Formats: sequence, structure tokens, C-alpha cells
Amino acid sequence: MTISAERETEVVYPDPTPPSAGWFQGLPARPGWLSQHLGTAMVGAVLGYLLGHWLGNVIASGYDYVANSGTNAIANTGGIALGALGWLLGIGAINYPLAKLIGKEPAPEYETTSWTKYFRYTADHKVVGLQYVIGVLLFLFTGGLLAMAIRTELLTPTSHVFGPGTYIAIVSEHGTIMMMMATSVVVGPLGNWLVPLMIGARRTAFPRVEAFSFWVFSAGYLVILTALPYGGFPTGWTGYAPLQTQAGGGMISYLAGFALIGTGMMAAGFNLAVTIVNYRAPGMTWSRVPIFVWSILATCALLTLATPTLFAAGLFGILDRTAQTAFYVTEHGGSSYLWQNLFWFFGHPEVYIMALPGFGIVAEILPVFTRKPLFAYKIAAAGMIGVALLSFFVWQHHLFQSGINPDMRPLFMLTTELISIPTGFIFLVGMGTLYKAKIRFEVPMLFALALFFNFLIGGVTGVFLSDVPVNVTVHGGFFVLSHFHYTIMGGLIFAFFGGLYFWLPKMTGKTMNKKLGQIHFWGMFIFFNLTFFPMFLIGLLGQPRRVFQYQHNLQALNDFSSVSAFFLGASFLVFVANFVWSIFIKPTPSPANPWDSLGLEWQTANPVPYYNFERIPVVLTDPYHYGETDAPAVADLGEPELVPVGAPAAVADEQPVDDRPPNAAG
Amino acid sequence: MTDAATQPDAAGPAHAGKGEPRHFARMVTIWLVLSLVLDPLFYFLVGPHVPPGTMTSTAEENQFDFTLLVVIALPVLLGVWVYLGYSIITWRASKGGDDPVGGEQARAHLGVQTGWIAITSVIVLFLAGYGTYSLIDTHGAGGGQGPNPVWTPTAAHILPVQVIGQQWAFTYRYPTFGGFESKQLVVPVDTTIAFHVTSLDVIHSFWAYQLSIKADANPQIDNVAFTTTNHTGSFTVRCSELCGLWHGAMYNYGQVVSKQAFQTWATTTEKATAANTKLLPPFAWTYVPDANGADGGYYNDTVVPYSPSEVYGAKQPAS
Repeated sequence: MTISAERETEVVYPDPTPPSAGWFQGLPARPGWLSQHLGTAMVGAVLGYLLGHWLGNVIASGYDYVANSGTNAIANTGGIALGALGWLLGIGAINYPLAKLIGKEPAPEYETTSWTKYFRYTADHKVVGLQYVIGVLLFLFTGGLLAMAIRTELLTPTSHVFGPGTYIAIVSEHGTIMMMMATSVVVGPLGNWLVPLMIGARRTAFPRVEAFSFWVFSAGYLVILTALPYGGFPTGWTGYAPLQTQAGGGMISYLAGFALIGTGMMAAGFNLAVTIVNYRAPGMTWSRVPIFVWSILATCALLTLATPTLFAAGLFGILDRTAQTAFYVTEHGGSSYLWQNLFWFFGHPEVYIMALPGFGIVAEILPVFTRKPLFAYKIAAAGMIGVALLSFFVWQHHLFQSGINPDMRPLFMLTTELISIPTGFIFLVGMGTLYKAKIRFEVPMLFALALFFNFLIGGVTGVFLSDVPVNVTVHGGFFVLSHFHYTIMGGLIFAFFGGLYFWLPKMTGKTMNKKLGQIHFWGMFIFFNLTFFPMFLIGLLGQPRRVFQYQHNLQALNDFSSVSAFFLGASFLVFVANFVWSIFIKPTPSPANPWDSLGLEWQTANPVPYYNFERIPVVLTDPYHYGETDAPAVADLGEPELVPVGAPAAVADEQPVDDRPPNAAG
Repeated sequence: MTDAATQPDAAGPAHAGKGEPRHFARMVTIWLVLSLVLDPLFYFLVGPHVPPGTMTSTAEENQFDFTLLVVIALPVLLGVWVYLGYSIITWRASKGGDDPVGGEQARAHLGVQTGWIAITSVIVLFLAGYGTYSLIDTHGAGGGQGPNPVWTPTAAHILPVQVIGQQWAFTYRYPTFGGFESKQLVVPVDTTIAFHVTSLDVIHSFWAYQLSIKADANPQIDNVAFTTTNHTGSFTVRCSELCGLWHGAMYNYGQVVSKQAFQTWATTTEKATAANTKLLPPFAWTYVPDANGADGGYYNDTVVPYSPSEVYGAKQPAS
């Protein structure tokens, strides 16, 4: 009960309206269209791109290799780098450090109810969360359309719709976009929106860093799309190196895009990790923290520790292409294994970045719809930390057949199989919670239950892949493709939609249509399985990944999978229709707590005020006291005098906590 | 809180006594019956047909390991599915029924938790143990082990075949037959074969599907994989690592033929291609491509190649 008791009282923050005025001063006071918003960001991006491209041509057009190859990687890189910088300048992401740099006090942000705040750089974590919702959905649907194109090509065993170059560009773009999206699909929208509310904080630790993470993330989206006008890139999302070095201009978009997304991941992870550690309300002890927050904390550890490797790997790739270094060029002392090692050293923790938040969501949803406390809370938290730790020790299982040191295979087989123990804890938690429960099959619950079905298949097939002898057949084929779609889409994306249906009423104050939600769920669940289960067989029967030609005897299975994929795609249209209809066209106000959840995030006013809580709540217990006649209130939201008699004494004292408004953060 | 108000009879564990069916026993029974039926069905009916068949020793071992994993995985899958299905049917809210009982006993159960961890650990450690055993017992010899393979077959006579990946075809060199190069992969039956896989440009992966051989082709790496052929037939070779534009079309077919037929084919081809073989770089385990060659030509044609042609034929240093 000593949480935050010793926290220092914050000194009174200086008057947020300083006397000095620079070019960036007073911007919020101007008419909206003159201030910084999405439009100025776009202008900045275009101007930055043109400037960077011109500079690159000035610098490098005389070089022999530029003259010979006809592509100027320096101009591409310069354009993308300055374009991203222009985007960030245009949105105002760098105003604060720039102002500090020249010794001025930056303009404060004012609370606004205008819808235009969603198109601005804002320190409100709830606005950033909703910006992320739209951002990741755009990302997801872009990648989904490309998936439809892939399945169209695979309707016949020979090349028929796209040429091989277009096909491979589509495959690569699909994989990269989906992977980029999945890194942030839960941490971005739900993590940013919910974590402060769940831990009783008024804001995140670094609101500007949080907003920065979103605008860098969106810059990454635009950059990866620029690969298409450059002719795409042929490497898939894994970007293996000699091919990467040999590829055309689109490769720069891949490398720079991943570096940008990586920057956003590090920023988002760092901000949320610090928030969770330091901004918990009084009484919010580690054993009372909602399990979703544990999952985000474990994910943040991976985001901040694994992503720098990706950033470095991408930087080396850009240097190989621009400055003619030879990190990945075997003939010149580099190694084709270096990229594989760096990439997967990031890539495997990344896999769990794309699994843990999903576990957190379903563990949060289950107690509400079973009216039972979460079973084995401590095991769940320990499992998430265990997965996060172990995930750094498994990456070489991606290289079992690559010819690196074979002595290491038993070790990586062991670590890979060991990680299924803490991963399995989520099943213990889920099954224990369902025992003698009273299950309400609301839409979020359907998605949560589907995770257990899908992720089980994904997880068990992972054990097949980890077994080195079996890996010989299943590696690099449709089997592994199906495996990771079962874990990422069947796990994370199902959990994400469950989370959206669960928390959107709180986030937007509007009710999602239940009927459409059910249609969406059943369409997605059935056709997801019909799309991807046949792919296990396709892979076992010998079809490698990323091919446009396959054996004729596999056409029936491929066609079945393709047609199911089209229906799967259509199910997302139901979601879009539901989202647009329920939120924008015919909004129905949502009750403050439509699912009767005990979670702290549901206890604030609806819509959630700018400062989240009138007063920093005093947390009295964990939010899982379902099924108890005298269930205690999860937190005291009122004045300190109202703390019930018998509540722990230490927390009854008002704690001096950092409750400055978001705009005053250092 | 709202929930607590609507459940006046949630008095504790006492009401869970008489009349309550023994859920756990029922689930275990269903699970046991399903497992006992489906496991042998899979093992005996599907097992012999599991890819990649039995053409080679590694394929056979691969098939057995896959079947074994399914036999272990099926009860795990069934366990969770039976539990989920049973819960959804039995404890759905629309059925009415008792309100759930919260409190300490619903939050944790030492026995269940310990049991779960123990069972999953035993399964996982058994799999890792068996995997390691089978790997050392050369089940995994068909996967590329790099230039210094650790688990090698003990056969007295091993036929080396070099597989050269380049965009976008595999070619094969036979060092014991004068190093001739063929676009056709032919190997003799009942023979242990060492595939030395290398690449001239980007990473490919040599996947001889029915032979259960998969080894990445890396530039300047000699990646070795072994197998012993069991019976004759044809097999498919595909590239299973994305290698660029025509990756999807990078496949061909190979033959396992009788020893006699192989000897005839090899000696005939060696003679027939003798003129070509002279033009090729001398046989080596890896090749450094000419700077203007297969790696895409980073250099102006007038630049002296970084890798002089003397390097051709250099034996790869033991790493």
C-alpha cells in the first residue's frame, strides 16, 4: 500500500501562456484551417519529398553506379527521409523540441470539442487512440485488398491475372503492410486509449511522444505505399538481403518504411511502459493491474528492446544501397546471414508483439461475459512476462535449413517448444474462467472465444514447425504461411475486433449494431477457417510460399481457399458498414457501462472528460470481483472523505501524484 | 456490482453439491473416447500417406515424426475443443442456471494450475527431447547443415551432388564424374547422397519435396544435406525461398533411378558434355560470381572485378 506515497509533489507548472511569440506561437488561436493539421502535414510531406529528391539528384547523379543502374537510391532515400520530416513538421510534431531548442516556451494545447482535433497533433491519449483506430483499419484494409489480389492470382496454377513482377510486388506489399499494421494494431488504438483509464491516470507519461508515435506510424504507411510507384519490391516482408541489395527503387520504401514504423513502435512502447510503471493511481498495485495492462507492459518491453535491431538492420540496408557499404554483400566481406539474423532477432519478439495484446484483450473480455473472476490472474501475468523473455531466444528457428551452425538447432528447438508453456497459460486462464460460468454470447465474447479456437491451431502447428526434422517439409511453404495467419489473424486480429466491439461504446459513446456485429463475426470466423485451414494441406502437399505457379493437383484446394478468402474479405465490409452506420450515420448513444463491466475504465463519465478523472481515483481492489454478493467497488472516484470504512488506511490519504494536464507535460 | 445485486443465491460453494452433474468427469470421458478413436485412426489410416512419402530415409523419418506429432497434438486439440464445446453448451446464460460463484476458489486453484503446468511441461519437454534425439539420429539430415555438418550418415559410400541455385534455375554438378553440369537431377537408388547446395546470387532454397531435402542456397556457402534413397521414381524440386521475379517458376523434376541406370546416365552425360565442362569454372564447393555477373552488376563494366577469376575453384575454407 505504499504505491506512489513517496512521489514528489510537482511544482506548480509555469503559466502556459508565455509572453514571447515565435512563428509557431499562438497557432491554436488562429482559424482552424490556418493552423497545423493533416492538410499541412500533406503539404509538408510533398514539399519535403521534392526537396529531398532534388538534393539526392544533385549529390549523386554523377556517380557511375547511378548512371549505370538508372536508379538513384540517394534521391529515393532523400525524398522519403525529407518527406517524412516534412510530414512531421507539417503536423507540428517537432514544434515542442524546436521551441525548446531556441529557448521559447511552446504554445499550450487547449481542450477542444471540435471534431478537427482528430486531424491534429494532440496530447490527448483518447484522441490519439481513435486516430490509431482509423489508422490501423486503413492499414488493415489496404493489406486485405492486396490479399484478395493474391488469392485471385492463385485461382489457377499458372500466371494469369498479374505478371510475375506485379504478383511478387503485391505479395511483398501485402506482407509488409500487414506486419506493420499488426505491430501497432492493439497497442496503438486500445493501448493508448485504455491504459491510462485502466490504471487511473489522467494522461500518459509522454503525451507528445505518444502523438509522435502515431504520426510516424502514419508516415510509415504512406512510405510503404510509395513502393508501388517505384515498381514495388520483390523480397516479401522478410526482405532477405542479397535479393534486397539487388532489388529496384521500391526497396528503399520498404527499408525506410520499416525504420519509420520501428521509430513509432519504440516511441509507443516507451511511452506506455513508463506510463504503466509510474502513472498508476494510488492503490493500483501490481496485483490489481488489469491483465490487459500486463499484456501491454510485456508488449512494450518487446517494442522497446527488439525494435532497435530492426531499425539498425534497415539502416544498414539503406547504407548498402546509397553509400555502397557491404553489410549484406558476401563478395565484399558482408554476409547474407547478417540480415537474416538481425531481422529475425527483431522478428521473433515481433511475433509476440502480435500475440500478447490479443491475450490481454480476451482475458479482459472473458470475466465480463462469464460473470466470473479471471482465473489464475498471476499465472496469466507471469505467462506474458515469460513469453516476452523467451521470445528473444528463439529467432534461429527461422534459419533451421539455412546452413548456419547446426549445433545450435537443438537449443533453438528447445527454446521454441518451451515458449509454448507460458503461451499455453492463456488457455488455462480462459478455460478456468469458463468453468461453471454464465456465458453471454455478446459480439465481443464471440471474438474472444474464437481466439481460443484459432490460436490453438496456430500454436499447435507451431510445434510442428519447431521440430527440425518436420521443419524440412513445412518450412517455407504454405504450412508456415497458414500457421502464422492462424496466430496473427486468428489470434490478434480476432482479439482486436473483439476489443473494438467491446470498447468502442466507451471510446465513441455510441452503440455498435449487434446484428451486423454477429454477421461480421460468423462471416469472419467461418471463412477465416475455410480460407486458411486448406493452406496447411496445400503446404504439406508441396506448395512453397510466394509463388504464382503451382502443381495442377493443388488447384481445387487453392480455389476453395481463394473463394473463402473473398467471403472473408466481404465480412470486413460488414464491419465497415456497421462502423460507419453506428458511429456516423445513425448513432445510438451507448449506456455508460453497456456490458456491466467492473473495470476502472468504465467507471468514468461518458464521454470521458479531457482529464479522464475528476480526481485521481484511489484503487481499492482488482476489477475481477464478479460473482460476489458484496463485490467491493474497484476504486473510489470521489472525495477522499468518501473512502469506505475499512479500506486500506494508507491509500485513503490523498497522494500527491502527477496529475498535471497532458499539455503541461515535460 | 450490478451483477452481485442480481444473484441473491450465490451463497458459496455449498450449492454446488447434489444434483450438479460431474462436469469434469464427463469432459474427460468425451475427450478420452474421441482421442482413443481418432489417434489410431490417424496413425493407421492417414499416417502412411502423410507427405512427403517414403522415397528416401529422411522422407520416411519425416513422415514418422509428423505422424507422431499429430498423434500427440490431437488429444491436446481435442482436450481444449471438448472443454470449450462443453462449456459453451452447458454454461450459456440463455440456459438460465445458477449464477457463477466468485471469490477465492474461482480465482485460483493450486491443483489445477500445478497440474496444467506439469502436463504442458511434460509434453513440451518430451517433444524437445524426442526432437533432439531424432535430430541426432539423422532424421534432420535432410535439412541444410552448412559447410560443417554435425549429424552425418555413416554410409561408406556417399555420392556428392552439387546443387547450384541461380536466378531462376537449379543446376547440378557431379564432382565424382568430372564435375559435369546438368539441368537434370538424377540420383541412384539405395545410395546415400550428399547435396552440396550453394548459390551464385541471392538466397534460394533447394526443396526436393519427395526426398525430404530442404537446404538454403546462400552465395559462397556450401550447405550440405544428406539422404538415402529408398526406391525409384520422380520427384519435384522447387525453390522455397523467395528469390525474385521468377521464383514461382523455379522448379524442375528429378529422378531416382537404378544404380545401373544412373551409372550409364552419368558416364554418358559426362562424355556428352565434356566440351561444356571445359568452359565452366573448375569444380568448387562455392563460386564467387564475376562482379559483372549474376549478382546484378553493381559495377561499371570497365571496373576490374573485385573477385578475380583466380578465386574460382578455391576450396571453401573451413569455418
